[in-house]
Amino acid sequence: MANPASAPKQEAAQHELVASSAKGDFAKFEAEKLSFMERAHRFFHQHPTAAPAIVLLLAVAAFSFIIGDRFLHPYNMSLILQQVTIIGILGIAQTLIILTAGIDLSVGAIMVLTSVIMGRMAIDIGLPPFAALGIGLFAGAVCGYINGLLVTFFRLPPFIVTLGTWNIFFALNLWYSKSETIRSQAIDNVAPLLHWTGQTIEFFGAKLSYGSLLMLALFLLVWYALNWTAWGRHVYATGDDPAAARLAGIRTDRILMSVYVVAGIVCAIGAWALIGRIGSVSPQAGMMANLDSITAVVIGGCSLFGGRGAIFGTLIGALVVGVFRNGLALAGVDVLWQEFTVGLLIIVAVGMDQWIRKV
Amino acid sequence: MKMKSGLLALAMSAAIATPFATAADKPVVGLITKTNTNPFFVKMREGAQEKADAMGVDLRTFSGKFDGDNQSQVQAIENLIASGAKGILIAPSDPVAIVPAIDRARKEGLLVIALDTPLSPADAADATFATDNYKAGVLIGQWAAKTLGDDAANAKIAMLDLNSSMITVDVARDQGFLEGFGIDVKDPNKIGDESDARIVGHDVTSGAEEGGRRAMENLLQKDPGINVVYTINEPAAAGAYEAIKAAGRQDDVLIVSVDGGCPGVENVKDGVIGATSMQFPLRMASMGVEAVLEYAKTGTKPSATEGLDFVNTGVELITDAPQDGVKSTSSKDGLGMCWG
Repeated sequence: MANPASAPKQEAAQHELVASSAKGDFAKFEAEKLSFMERAHRFFHQHPTAAPAIVLLLAVAAFSFIIGDRFLHPYNMSLILQQVTIIGILGIAQTLIILTAGIDLSVGAIMVLTSVIMGRMAIDIGLPPFAALGIGLFAGAVCGYINGLLVTFFRLPPFIVTLGTWNIFFALNLWYSKSETIRSQAIDNVAPLLHWTGQTIEFFGAKLSYGSLLMLALFLLVWYALNWTAWGRHVYATGDDPAAARLAGIRTDRILMSVYVVAGIVCAIGAWALIGRIGSVSPQAGMMANLDSITAVVIGGCSLFGGRGAIFGTLIGALVVGVFRNGLALAGVDVLWQEFTVGLLIIVAVGMDQWIRKV
Repeated sequence: MKMKSGLLALAMSAAIATPFATAADKPVVGLITKTNTNPFFVKMREGAQEKADAMGVDLRTFSGKFDGDNQSQVQAIENLIASGAKGILIAPSDPVAIVPAIDRARKEGLLVIALDTPLSPADAADATFATDNYKAGVLIGQWAAKTLGDDAANAKIAMLDLNSSMITVDVARDQGFLEGFGIDVKDPNKIGDESDARIVGHDVTSGAEEGGRRAMENLLQKDPGINVVYTINEPAAAGAYEAIKAAGRQDDVLIVSVDGGCPGVENVKDGVIGATSMQFPLRMASMGVEAVLEYAKTGTKPSATEGLDFVNTGVELITDAPQDGVKSTSSKDGLGMCWG
């Protein structure tokens, strides 16, 4: 934190002076005794996705051992990928927001609202499917813009803003859809493009849906943008320390706004994947998707305090949840233990994050 | 400032005027649903409103924010007691926790009717108007067994339930189906205690498409030979169908369901769902309004259907492949009676 007051600075200098004179043996002793933990700490600090990746590998190994080939079969692996597609895509939006030290409770509601818009535009109004899709994506951007405006212009905390818009978007969704479902068959007849994300291609026994491929492509794209563009570095800087970022000349409000708009569009892409996966357009879908997406981000090692975390951690986080749900189901374990396990993973992940953050 | 005080005055006059004006004119009846999102409850409210308008009743509607939201329902009951309502129709989100609030209402002389979901204990309400969910399950179970004929002995059954809380509706439909199919259900109050080898497994769907698809995918992984699928409701059935279609098995798997929503009946027509048991939320609500009015006039309470501890609002099997000995209605006629 940047603190312009000079007194603490002096104190810090003094403290450093004392520390440097006292260091010597003490620090050396510590380093020798805790070298393994220290090395582990440093490793996890430098590689935020390492911890969830290890959990994922261990889980896959354990379930292959318990269940056998049926679990490790390419088809089952591709099935898990299909099952995490929607949460994965929403997780991308969520990661972007959480990197800026925000949180977005409205991602699921934006997804459902835009899926209803896509469906209604194509079925009721009879627009060509690509236009319906485009309007849906635009609506996602507008939803994100509203969130962004409330966060930047009105200076409201993101948690409160998105708690509000979650309810608002969801209510609009119910009003616009009249709580009515559009059936899969109706969409097939009029707008097969909306089902494209549900089509699959075979690949060595695996069945990959275009939706999951779209998700992977989005992860790559956002990974590139976050790590190799000025915009991406500015997002990290804004999340880590907005005051410092401003002093460095970053227009943090503009960055925040762009993050919310991009997140809205990503949610609308999630809506497309949702329609492909469940076939129909249901205003009841995705009620809990906001919490599931936060779960994926947190298990993926992204810090809720902003500025630290890698986008692929979220993919791994979503996969960890998917592997546990699928594996426990195949092993015939009662559902409530699936929920128990996910809860445990969240707490372990946040505990890890706290430990890693300690310098 | 002027506008502000004007608004305030308006709000105050409205607050004061409404209860007196309406209480004098029309009897007040309250309807409290679990949510206002589920089309089932949307339809229930429509049915009640229509009846209320026709009979000159002032209907006040409330709902929880989500399924399981007890707090909002308690508040709604308190508001209705305060506004001098004659009776309350409630689809309880938490049939146990709501009981103390219901007791208060009954002590104040209100008639309380549980809709769709019985209270626990059931006699905490003056009456229950509900679908016989066990019978709804039995009907689709019988139909599935008859449709398979001799193959029913080697069926491989997937059970797609609601969630892990084992609420009464979930249990009754699940166990009813198994009984109808000819499987020993052991304890009819418990899901999953059966030992019949024909059951491949149970999984939960949250009663939605995505859950239905995921559950079906996982059960098909457990046993790809599944050929009978029971689903808690039609959205779950639609999701399960997507999984079955993706596995290329849509022509040799039989899906049965419960609800009777219009998209579900359309799915029966298109052959997605083999048969579904239709329930009648509209009738539940309109019968409820009538009962409260009757009680307000004569003091008589509704009595339960013979052999049951609730008033059965009816259930009808919808299928386009009728079987001997199982009474059913075609999807064409079903579309005229469906809800939502």
